[in-house]
Amino acid sequence: MDYFAQQLINGLVLGSIYGLIAIGYTMVYGIVGMINFAHGDVFMIGGFIALITFLLLVSTGLTAVPVILLIVILVSMAVTALYGWTIERIAYRPLRHSFRLAPMLSAIGMSFVLTNYSQVAQGARVKPVPPVITGGYTLHESADGFVIQLSNIQIVVVVTTIVLLAIFTWLVSRTRLGRDMRACEQDQTMAALLGVNVDRTISMTFVIGAALAAVAGLMYLLYYGLVDFFMGFVAGIKAFTAAVLGGIGSLPGAMLGGLAIGLIETFWSAYFSVEYKDVAAFSILIVVLIFMPTGLLGRPEVEKV
Amino acid sequence: MKAPSINTAKTASGIPALLKTACVNALIALVLFSLMVGVRTEAGSDGQLTYWTRFGEVASLVAAVFGGSIVLELLKQWIGPSGAEKLVPPAVRSGMSFVGSYLAPALLIFTLLVPVIFYDQRYILDLAILVLTYVMLGWGLNVVVGLAGLLDLGYVAFYAVGAYSYALLATNFGWSFWICLPLAGVLAAFWGVLLGFPVLRLRGDYLAIVTLAFGEIIRLVLINWREVTNGSAGISGIPKVSFFGLMTFNVSDPNYIAKVLHIATSSAYYKIFLYYLILGLCLLTAFVTIRLRRLPVGRAWEALREDEIACRSLGINTTTTKLTAFATGAMFGGFAGSFFAARQGFVSPESFVFLESAIILAIVVLGGMGSLVGIAVAAMVMIGGTEALRELDFLKQIFGPDFTPELYRMLLFGMAMVIVMLWKPRGFVGSREPTAFLKERRAVSSSFTKEGHG
Repeated sequence: MDYFAQQLINGLVLGSIYGLIAIGYTMVYGIVGMINFAHGDVFMIGGFIALITFLLLVSTGLTAVPVILLIVILVSMAVTALYGWTIERIAYRPLRHSFRLAPMLSAIGMSFVLTNYSQVAQGARVKPVPPVITGGYTLHESADGFVIQLSNIQIVVVVTTIVLLAIFTWLVSRTRLGRDMRACEQDQTMAALLGVNVDRTISMTFVIGAALAAVAGLMYLLYYGLVDFFMGFVAGIKAFTAAVLGGIGSLPGAMLGGLAIGLIETFWSAYFSVEYKDVAAFSILIVVLIFMPTGLLGRPEVEKV
Repeated sequence: MKAPSINTAKTASGIPALLKTACVNALIALVLFSLMVGVRTEAGSDGQLTYWTRFGEVASLVAAVFGGSIVLELLKQWIGPSGAEKLVPPAVRSGMSFVGSYLAPALLIFTLLVPVIFYDQRYILDLAILVLTYVMLGWGLNVVVGLAGLLDLGYVAFYAVGAYSYALLATNFGWSFWICLPLAGVLAAFWGVLLGFPVLRLRGDYLAIVTLAFGEIIRLVLINWREVTNGSAGISGIPKVSFFGLMTFNVSDPNYIAKVLHIATSSAYYKIFLYYLILGLCLLTAFVTIRLRRLPVGRAWEALREDEIACRSLGINTTTTKLTAFATGAMFGGFAGSFFAARQGFVSPESFVFLESAIILAIVVLGGMGSLVGIAVAAMVMIGGTEALRELDFLKQIFGPDFTPELYRMLLFGMAMVIVMLWKPRGFVGSREPTAFLKERRAVSSSFTKEGHG
């Protein structure tokens, strides 16, 4: 039971990171209707920017961890958001009214560019960071000596995710930008006729998605203590799986899917085999889609003749 | 159908506007590159992170963006507003169609003659064999994506199934290539149907992600099922193909080709044989595809791509149609896979990553989805192009001896993929030859054909 509870905590933390990335996929899919294959690599870039900013701040002699983290989170969100904006501007906007496969291939190409760009710029070796947030709480200690740990970093990840989700939900449901985004999702032409700046709204979607991915990158860096140029691919596929699992286009679905994938992966590693954890995640995706082709919270796609 | 263009194209005119755009772009580039390029991090020997700054590189990149955006803006003004239909003079158009109608036979004759011309240039033969392998894979995937309109991002799985079928059957049971080849095709087709069943109800991007997941599952199983596949170390010592069992290409064998035919010993024979083998497999693929397009099942595929609902209303069984498309495409992938295993003599899961699926899909889309000649040309450009990048040694003289062109190969490949998509989203061959027509046979622009919803 204790072991189960510990794995539940670990799974929820991992799921929060996946969920933050998945939101970027699902938002872009909802508005533009394309799979942004480069999003996993945007997450990786976010991790690198966070690492570099962190390193620069530490070398200036700053020691207050909360201040460092605040600056790192802001810088990495801003710079990664600019990456997201630039990618949309260069690779996707010219192809927006083209046929469906063109932006997807352009996105796959962009993903190769980003992966190899960071390999060229930062080298192929894994970059480790020393643990920044240490310590934690012992929640429960069983008779046979098994301890349920809740580390501070896990608390930070979950709290940050909840705060960001709250801001994000407020943004989508209460602000002008959110209304524009929902309008563009339903009908771009009509939204444009009613005075919504469609281009700007789509750009902002990419910016917000990239900023959330940057936070996920920072959380990954803090939680696992390393970044490397190839981490975007697997994390990206998992997050996309999460988005599809939750029903692509649905924002709560993305978070739910992220948590589900995180839990599946953790429990599978804990009780069965670590090697097959990805196989388990993908197999469950396939099984869910067979019985619920639109995911957990997705709307059924009705084609009118 | 094109949605009305909503974005208002701002036509910058005049030098000040031009400079302003360039400055803004340079500023963006500065922010993008300052951290990622300007600060190089590296893990030291004691696990401590160190960094050093590279302001020179950032400055030159920003300058390049500044200059590049000026050139790009000038080019845009020079070519004129994009989207305008360009009038092609009739003489040029008839010339193009003349070239187009003779392109396929000319290419075929050239490919038949390649070993004759380059018989002693091992490198060119190797490259030609590689290109033909991708042509075959492209034509195989074309059945699924180009004809039936089912988006498959995990095609490499069938390639892997074919390769491992031959590798395992040949190393464990000593079966000959000529028995394993059809078996590999059948096994791959079986896996195609196995994948096809669950995804029958899925459409579009859901289909894409499930096929991608399927490809990853196959690869992960190949890595982790060590008892059978030997894990990531792969299987080596896969026997060579024999000349239909009559002659072999191993010097030590009594029926070695040079001994039987009383000619000089040379390793080039095997290369030439492999070349004609893959060429034969390619032609088989092309022949089957062309014939199938004229059969009811091929017409059903194309109808499915155009409109699934109409298809169903006309009484076409979409289940079997989709499954046959998956099985046929997978079978060709399996053939190509066992050829790959025989040629390399070694297979490992490294060869079957998502990148391969993406490359094959890019070849199909660049080739214009459905055009066999277009796909062959696209394979030549993509594979020949990336292989040529390996030979970028002259750049060492420009950037100094520390410059490693290998590193930039995939970066340039990705950029080329984006640029080609921006430039020709419909691929190199923009027209289709319909198989069914009323009165007059006419090539139609591929913007009229649908890509299917899966």
